[in-house]
Amino acid sequence: MNPQTVRAVVKRSTYQDSVVLLALARQLRAGTGVLEVAALMGTPSNRDLLAQSGLLTPEAAAAGANDLVLAIRANSAVAAEGALSQAETFLMAKQRRLEGTGRPLPRTLERARRHLPDANLVLISVPGAFAAMETRKALRMGLHVMLFSDNVPLEEEVALKQLAANKGLLLMGPDCGTAILNGVPLGFANAVPRGRIGFVAASGTGLQHVASLLAAQGEGVSQAIGVGGRDMTERVEGLMTLQALDALGADPSTELLVVIGKPPAPAVREHVEARLHALGKPCVAVLLGKGVDARSDGTFLTVATLEDAAAAAVALLRREAWRPRAFRAPQAEIRRRVQEVRQTLASGQRAIRGLFAGGTLAHEAALVLEPLLGPVATHLAPGSVGTHSVVDLGADEFTVGRPHPMLDATVRAEEIRKAGQMPDLAVLLLDVVLGYGAAPDPAGDIAPAIESARAEAMACGRGLSVVASVIGTAEDPQGLARQIARLEAAGVWVLPSNAQAARAAACIAGGEPILRLLLDAREG
Amino acid sequence: MSIKTANRMALERLVQAEPVLVDCRPAAQAMGLTDRTVLHAGPPLVWGQACATMQAAILCAIRYEGWASDDAQAAELVHRGEVKIGPCHHRGAVGPMTGIITPSMPVFLVANRSLGNQAFVTINEGLGKVLRFGANDESVLARLRWLRDEAGPLLGKTLRASGGIDLRALMAQALRMGDEMHQRNVAASCLLARALMGPLARAGADAAGLARVADFIGSNDQFFLNIAMAAGKASTDPCLDIPDSTLVVTMARNGTDFGIRVAGLGDRWFTAPVEMPTGLYFPGFGPEDANPDMGDSAIVETIGLGGFAMAASPSVVRFVGAGGLQDAIRATEEMGEICLGEHPHFRIPTLDERGTPVGIDLRKVVETGITPLINTGIAGKKPGTGQIGAGVARAPLACFEQALEAFSAQRQPARTLAGC
Amino acid sequence: MSAITDLFSQEIRVINLGLEVFAQNLERLCVPVIHMQWSPPAGGDPHRAALLAALADEDEEEA
Repeated sequence: MNPQTVRAVVKRSTYQDSVVLLALARQLRAGTGVLEVAALMGTPSNRDLLAQSGLLTPEAAAAGANDLVLAIRANSAVAAEGALSQAETFLMAKQRRLEGTGRPLPRTLERARRHLPDANLVLISVPGAFAAMETRKALRMGLHVMLFSDNVPLEEEVALKQLAANKGLLLMGPDCGTAILNGVPLGFANAVPRGRIGFVAASGTGLQHVASLLAAQGEGVSQAIGVGGRDMTERVEGLMTLQALDALGADPSTELLVVIGKPPAPAVREHVEARLHALGKPCVAVLLGKGVDARSDGTFLTVATLEDAAAAAVALLRREAWRPRAFRAPQAEIRRRVQEVRQTLASGQRAIRGLFAGGTLAHEAALVLEPLLGPVATHLAPGSVGTHSVVDLGADEFTVGRPHPMLDATVRAEEIRKAGQMPDLAVLLLDVVLGYGAAPDPAGDIAPAIESARAEAMACGRGLSVVASVIGTAEDPQGLARQIARLEAAGVWVLPSNAQAARAAACIAGGEPILRLLLDAREG
Repeated sequence: MSIKTANRMALERLVQAEPVLVDCRPAAQAMGLTDRTVLHAGPPLVWGQACATMQAAILCAIRYEGWASDDAQAAELVHRGEVKIGPCHHRGAVGPMTGIITPSMPVFLVANRSLGNQAFVTINEGLGKVLRFGANDESVLARLRWLRDEAGPLLGKTLRASGGIDLRALMAQALRMGDEMHQRNVAASCLLARALMGPLARAGADAAGLARVADFIGSNDQFFLNIAMAAGKASTDPCLDIPDSTLVVTMARNGTDFGIRVAGLGDRWFTAPVEMPTGLYFPGFGPEDANPDMGDSAIVETIGLGGFAMAASPSVVRFVGAGGLQDAIRATEEMGEICLGEHPHFRIPTLDERGTPVGIDLRKVVETGITPLINTGIAGKKPGTGQIGAGVARAPLACFEQALEAFSAQRQPARTLAGC
Repeated sequence: MSAITDLFSQEIRVINLGLEVFAQNLERLCVPVIHMQWSPPAGGDPHRAALLAALADEDEEEA
């Protein structure tokens, strides 16, 4: 066997964004004799990652945050060199492509503005350590900001939002993945029609889910303003939420408001509710957290799930009656399907494992499961036998130095494959998110792993059921119907919403007692 | 005041300067350079650290003034402090390459009509074996004496009678003719020669003397370089001591160190070792023959010319990269990243009449890591070799990093800075 | 608030810093967008980046 070679090259002062590096790594990995590839900026945390993978050569160790590190482990020196020269070609071609377009390539915000003098929004997705500085610059220049970056310190968020509020500007974020302004999808967003529903969302995928469901029912979005996950906490005091509500309240196109987030700090909740009442427009709030009951006081309706938010909003607008339902499909069909699946499972298979790309979707799934099945763990390492887990693979701990699962399915596919080796696992629960910014074929990216996991389980005399929901619209680039079909072809039971998928998983894992609970109690 | 306001003020002062070439007189008279001083290019220099070319030029200048009869004696005078050396910049002057000025040398006077200050520079000696490149033999001395005794006085008489030559208009025109006023000055030199012709003819010299001066000017493509530099000096000096401004007003090299000065930091120098220029070499020469970067000529880059006006001078671009108009434009765009604005008077036809990037902002240099690009001649490291090529040099980032520290410390002396 | 209301009646024109894919998506939708060639300020040096942040231009009104 050939001895393994590790070679690393450092390109000084060469910054590339994580998506580009991802594409590069993927290309290099396909090379003959290449065993492992890392293409990372030389930040301290990335250098740690390299060390862990045995790729931290002396050159790599000396790299800085502005330097690009290319590290290869290969079967031979020749193979390693080949991969490195392939990397050179890739980067040169990219630079030529960039320059060849003849478009200006500004390096500073001031310069960018000179090229686009009437710019009104800055979309910032640079690493968190620098995001605050760039945001401050943008706000001082009088520009609205969508701050996609996370890992922005809380004190900075407060200071920046105060600055934005003083100037009457939008600061959507930090950690704002989705917004839709004037019909323009920003960040990760779905193709939804323009319409009469305005959103204030502390969650990107939450917003995506509700908006997609509304689109399917013929409604549309007037404006969808992201406020970042921490906005409604005590420290930030709902600064941006209140700004957004005021703006939507004054917007003639917005007839109804949807607020999405976690339960706000009590003081913030008071302010938000007071503001909503003052605005006088009907509102549906979905605040995903324990202990929130669906309630209504006239035009201000609080619901428990994202799909309920969509259904309630439509009903309010059309002055129809509405009540939450466990499943959309007929009771008998659900029952039949669950029993069919349960027959394929061995007696020890009782656990649910959720592997999610959307944090809010993971959170919602856990909130649906816990009242039905008991505690749900949120960490990746499998707990004791029979433990249920719902993991948000987009959480910080999984995304240091690696792209988000919405951009790259490698980590999730790997975890899905591993699920095939868990003897106590009954159900794999997944979310598949479509739209602008998402991968071109999210279903296709995980289908092989699903098939492989199921085959592995079968080879060991077990079943493995896979349940999923697809967040998206027919107009999304990936095509909702196509994506659902791909999953179903891999043996996945696809339900129309994240909450329903979680309930279906609970029925499969828990059997008859759960079925009876869900179908009888809530079905109307 | 706010940095933004200070910068706006400094930039305005810089671009609205009105440099006019008005006279030529001995340095002793024009600059009050009466003591035994040899001025040199760049930031303050320690004799022992000076490169061979600079040392040779200084020694030659001492012999020229008659303060010593040979180099050994001349060196002694420097060691004993009986002859002082110091930057041209400290006495209101600039000099190309070694940039030597001594009391009896004739210097041009450029007056800044908008604010009344003046700047000084020697008459460009021509190409080849000249003091500028550290040559120090008899031919150099002979030429220096001729400049002192014939060319200087005649040019002085000519200029005084001419009413002054508007340098801003001349350079704007030369820019449109393919000059960038650092590596390429041929159009500007021609325009100047044309402007001087009449007054020179009427200055009353004997025909032979007139012919010698006319030939001297007519045979030097780079004659205008020195005057461009003095125009730069006259434009930037008034910007020093605008507190709170991050405008870089001086860039200069002495063959050992590269120094910058910043408007808001007064006459403090921030230095780092010079870099080696990169470029193309004349036949028979290569990088191993090159002298480290030298001269006050980087002053033209601080006023939006030279490397900053590359797009106006595509023929110069061969020395920068693959060559071609696109590279020239890209170089100019790159400099735009670190500048405060565009020059209202120096415009580039190939860029739809946009003004050249002007007003280097210290902060932007450190932020982007883009250092000012200087078009420069390359001198031979053996004293007296002359120019061996042409290319580009960059101002070292370290100068700007140091200046940033100093600027911050000045703004917030006692407080610790909040993290970002 | 009024600036946000103003935004609702303007064409969205974006300066993109960071992931190039966001700019590419907007271009495909014919939204005016310029992508910045961003790199960490001061080469990623945190001390200098902090100095720069403190020396950034103040707001228009403060001038």
